[in-house]
Amino acid sequence: MNRNINQFVAALASGVVFGLGLSLSGMLNPVRVQGFLDVFGDWDPSLAFVLGGAVVVAFIGVQVMKRMQHPAFDDSFHVPTSRRIDAPLVVGSALFGLGWGIGGFCPGPAVASLSVGLPQTFLFVIAMLVGMTLYDRVWSRRT
Amino acid sequence: MNAYLPSLVGGMLIGVSALMLLLLNGRIAGISGIVGRLAQGIGLTTNLAFALGLLLGPLAYLLMFGGWPVVQITTGWPLLIVAGLFVGFGSRMGSGCTSGHGVLGLARLSPRSMVAVATFLTAGAVAVAFLRGVGL
Repeated sequence: MNRNINQFVAALASGVVFGLGLSLSGMLNPVRVQGFLDVFGDWDPSLAFVLGGAVVVAFIGVQVMKRMQHPAFDDSFHVPTSRRIDAPLVVGSALFGLGWGIGGFCPGPAVASLSVGLPQTFLFVIAMLVGMTLYDRVWSRRT
Repeated sequence: MNAYLPSLVGGMLIGVSALMLLLLNGRIAGISGIVGRLAQGIGLTTNLAFALGLLLGPLAYLLMFGGWPVVQITTGWPLLIVAGLFVGFGSRMGSGCTSGHGVLGLARLSPRSMVAVATFLTAGAVAVAFLRGVGL
């Protein structure tokens, strides 16, 4: 089968499993996310299990990757190599975290929750795309 | 325990998804990266396929459990816009979000991702504490 079709189907299937995982885990619900981040108040620790479960399984994937010459449908792995801890990493992560706490949405749940059809999620996703575009096309290309 | 089990299983499914994308296509399942590249028109086919799958995920949940996943939003629209701008700008500036840094970065034992995760968890807790403090 054509490699492009394989990659398309693999990405689609991976997206469905990701979206299902988000739906099952409680991550789609901003009130739950804010409850998890409310460590100084009425803390709901359940979402820590989402990250824990995901990291353990992904860790297995990383170990398998190290024993493979190349991924099934590509010639090489496209994994970040940078180890620099710099200002954009910290400032960007801090801005992201503030937005995550204020809205209760991070990018995956924001996109997946569009299917549920609440108007606020469309508003959030549009603002998120504007924010991404502002960084990618304006801020990061300053001279 | 019944509150923790769906979270654990859901998290493991997110891990399975990341493992699939990594071992099949050699790509990191970082959503801000995927959506950001999609918005820039880079790697349109696969990024579009993943985003489409992400939208079908809640539908799969509906078919399996007979109801939509719960989405409760208490934040008003002006703050939601601010939150969206911060999440979009910040995740691109910091090269990742809860998935890329949080799941795969920690799984790869990346020092950059450990710093990113500690930073956004702290900032998220500060934001929620502030909102609770001012009564929002």
